[in-house]
Amino acid sequence: MRNKKQGRIRAVYKWLGPSGTLAALFLLLMVLAAVFASVLAPADPNTGDLLNNYQGSSASHLLGTDGIGRDILSRLLYGTRTSLLGPALVVGVSMAIGIPLALLGAWYGGVVDSAVARVLDLVYALPGLLLAVLTVALFGPGLTPAVVALSIAYVPFLARIVRAAARQQRVSPYVDALAVQGFGVFRISVRHILRNIAPVVLGQAAIAFGYALLDLASLSYLGLAVQAPTADWGVMVSDTDALLKGYSTPVLLPGLLIVGSVLSLTVLGARISGERPEPHPLFGRLFGRVSGSGSERRAADAPAS
Amino acid sequence: MLRLRDVDVALNVEGRMRPVLTGLNLDLAEGEALGLVGESGSGKSMTVRTITRLLPHGARVSGAVEFEGRDVLAMRPAELRAFRDSDVGVVFQDPRAAINPTHRIGDFVGEALRVNRGVSKGEAARRSAELLAAVGIDDAERRLRQYPHELSGGMLQRAMIASVLAAEPRLILADEPTTALDVTIQAEVVGILDRLRRERALSMVFITHDLDLALAVCDRVAVMYAGSVVEVRSARELHDTARHPYTIGLLGSRPAIERRAERLTAIPGRPVSAFEAGPGCAFVSRCAFAQDACRASRPRLEAFQGGLVRCHRVEEIHEHSVV
Amino acid sequence: MTVRFLIRRLGGLGVTLLLASMLIFSSLYLAPGSPENIVFGNRTPSPAARAAVRHQLHLDDPLPVRYWDWLTGALHGDFGRSMVTDQQVSDRVGAGLATTVTLVVLAALMIAVLGLTLGVAAALKPGFVDSAVNVYTSVSVTVPPFVASALLISTFAVKLGWFPASGVENGFWGRIDSLVLPAAAMALISCGFLARVTRNAMREQLAKEHVQTATARGLPRRHVIRRHVLRNALPPIVTVIGLQVAGLFASTLIVESAFGVPGIGRLTIQSVAQKDFPVVQAVALLLVAAFVVANAVTDLVQGLVDPRLKTAGGAA
Repeated sequence: MRNKKQGRIRAVYKWLGPSGTLAALFLLLMVLAAVFASVLAPADPNTGDLLNNYQGSSASHLLGTDGIGRDILSRLLYGTRTSLLGPALVVGVSMAIGIPLALLGAWYGGVVDSAVARVLDLVYALPGLLLAVLTVALFGPGLTPAVVALSIAYVPFLARIVRAAARQQRVSPYVDALAVQGFGVFRISVRHILRNIAPVVLGQAAIAFGYALLDLASLSYLGLAVQAPTADWGVMVSDTDALLKGYSTPVLLPGLLIVGSVLSLTVLGARISGERPEPHPLFGRLFGRVSGSGSERRAADAPAS
Repeated sequence: MLRLRDVDVALNVEGRMRPVLTGLNLDLAEGEALGLVGESGSGKSMTVRTITRLLPHGARVSGAVEFEGRDVLAMRPAELRAFRDSDVGVVFQDPRAAINPTHRIGDFVGEALRVNRGVSKGEAARRSAELLAAVGIDDAERRLRQYPHELSGGMLQRAMIASVLAAEPRLILADEPTTALDVTIQAEVVGILDRLRRERALSMVFITHDLDLALAVCDRVAVMYAGSVVEVRSARELHDTARHPYTIGLLGSRPAIERRAERLTAIPGRPVSAFEAGPGCAFVSRCAFAQDACRASRPRLEAFQGGLVRCHRVEEIHEHSVV
Repeated sequence: MTVRFLIRRLGGLGVTLLLASMLIFSSLYLAPGSPENIVFGNRTPSPAARAAVRHQLHLDDPLPVRYWDWLTGALHGDFGRSMVTDQQVSDRVGAGLATTVTLVVLAALMIAVLGLTLGVAAALKPGFVDSAVNVYTSVSVTVPPFVASALLISTFAVKLGWFPASGVENGFWGRIDSLVLPAAAMALISCGFLARVTRNAMREQLAKEHVQTATARGLPRRHVIRRHVLRNALPPIVTVIGLQVAGLFASTLIVESAFGVPGIGRLTIQSVAQKDFPVVQAVALLLVAAFVVANAVTDLVQGLVDPRLKTAGGAA
């Protein structure tokens, strides 16, 4: 019994590697914190005690208190919830839209595929953050409009990856073999193609999760997504007042958790998909055009005298 | 002028040392053209890279490489740069890859003059134009301003030859200079190289897999197999008096107009690389004359009938074929 | 040939901006809620007053007419009036433009210098330097600009007091002094990626045959690295710098808010929060324009850096 369990742990470790395992453990910790926040938190995250503001570490406040005397540890724990829920929704929605689109394009090819590719390219060309900011201008600030806007912005990010992977599968002989045996498009696409590219999709979804976390935290920081009194990492970092008064813990700790989470998701995602992470749609779109080294290809087409 | 003695070279291939040259010996006299012939993987290009010390990072070299008595392998960086600049010039195989695509032809041909010798821009351009004309490129002034992708392969290889001549070296290493070119212009480029070398009395190591081409252009020919020389003989004699089984095989496997009726005899098996060779003769797996002795120990390169041959049974084979 | 290329690029630029302006204009006016409410704030207006304001804002005209009015106005530099402060939109935007451009230029310089230095070092020194740069790159792309801002404020403004923590001081040097930290917050994140691309591009070139040719000709290593390796690695490097500059305009939304810099980025966020549509429209369009222009300039420089592209473009 114990041996079997140990064997499984060892297999996971082998699959994820040392850095991947560390990343997975960190994320597990974050998820546990989100689930058990109400049990673990020593105090109410939103009740302050103005007489006890900017306290250092003590028995009652392990990580001290912020400017209006709220317990920082409790706010961090509760903040895990909003900080993880938002990106989870973004990735869920964009996968629900993006994967069918990508499979459709990959299966039918031709006009359908190029139409899908065009639309994806168009959305991909818009800076996601700008899209989100404009959406907020339309619908007012809040987590929901931010999630909706980012979901749209992330559809091409995921769909392009799935499309590329599915196209490779589409041309492999086993797909033709299945089609000849009379299996339907839906069954082959979902049961076989999607299953075969699952590692890539999952890995890139993890990376997209990290980037969405980054974007949502940015929006919350700007006061456009999660609103101020709510405990949220992005909101906590926006406490410029504490920063200017020289109290950096209430600001830098949530910042550290954001970086830790995004880094873990990137490392884990790259490890699972076995590929280099796709770039962040805003800050790192930057990668996409470069790795294709468009100039090299264009140069190769140039007439040689 | 150039002397290679017992040169062993091993490359670092993913952490493992792979020999590419084993016990290589080579001599080149002043003003002589030496052909280096062999199949791909026999170590021809590695020989050029060893002489110019252009081996990849992590390569291990032992033995002696001497140029006019100077030990090339022991040269300090400045000395090595001077050696590469003014003593030896290399004509590489594929001019399209070997010439920087972002520099104009004029910049390329005159670069060493300007950078290494401080020749003025105008003077470098003038000399470059002269050299382009010398290698048979018309309209040199215009060509100097063009980029490599605007020139044909044959034209580029001529520009490469011009760039080598610009430094006025004493030794030219030509590493399959025509292999990447269209068949129709190969002869032309070789002709230019041959003519200019003779005019300027330069020494040359001419590398090719084409035995006939080597016989036509060179004074002597060295045949390489699996990282070492198996036979050296003057070009005039080699055709009729080849003594090493591999050389004989090479001569038999090429088409010849006067022997059209005969069937071409291919050498059985596939070429062996230096790292695959056992303790014995490297050619043993493909040799019709192989015996146990051939598998046990490696023959030495020894004088035989005016040339050098690396074969245990060379005398027996010779007598046998005469009888 | 370069002129034709320019004209084509400019044409594409115009079309993109026109489409973007249509999209932004129509989406903002299709927003739920009545725009005129912003003018009244918390007061409940009389129907007559409401009608007057709607008329004044041309809200009763059909959308295409309104868009046409706005577009012709915009082409004359008139983007309407702010619904909150009643200032000319062009005045509000103009006030922040110089600051934002200075900020972006400063950040771009930092990115170029830091990124290239790190990238060249990593390419030429395998082993420790390379791994260290690699780690920095991997971590830096996961740091959001606002966390970097917080870190820099707490360290260099509050603890060390080297730079002001918020706002922009007067005078050229005062402005530069105030913008160093915001620029650094963006640059420290972005330079890691440039470093990686520089490193990979240089490694690719180092393995090329023409570099071997240059070495075989006895050219000094410094010359070979600069004129052959770095020179030929430029196309991807230029692309990345261009895209990063384009991305900087989006990052200013966050960084200007973090440092209280009165530029376009902060103006955008403020106007969005206040639903000040005329201002949002103008700045959003400006940001899109900056993004597109940066990309176009990148392609243009690309043509200069790679001679093969230039003649290919001319032939096409």
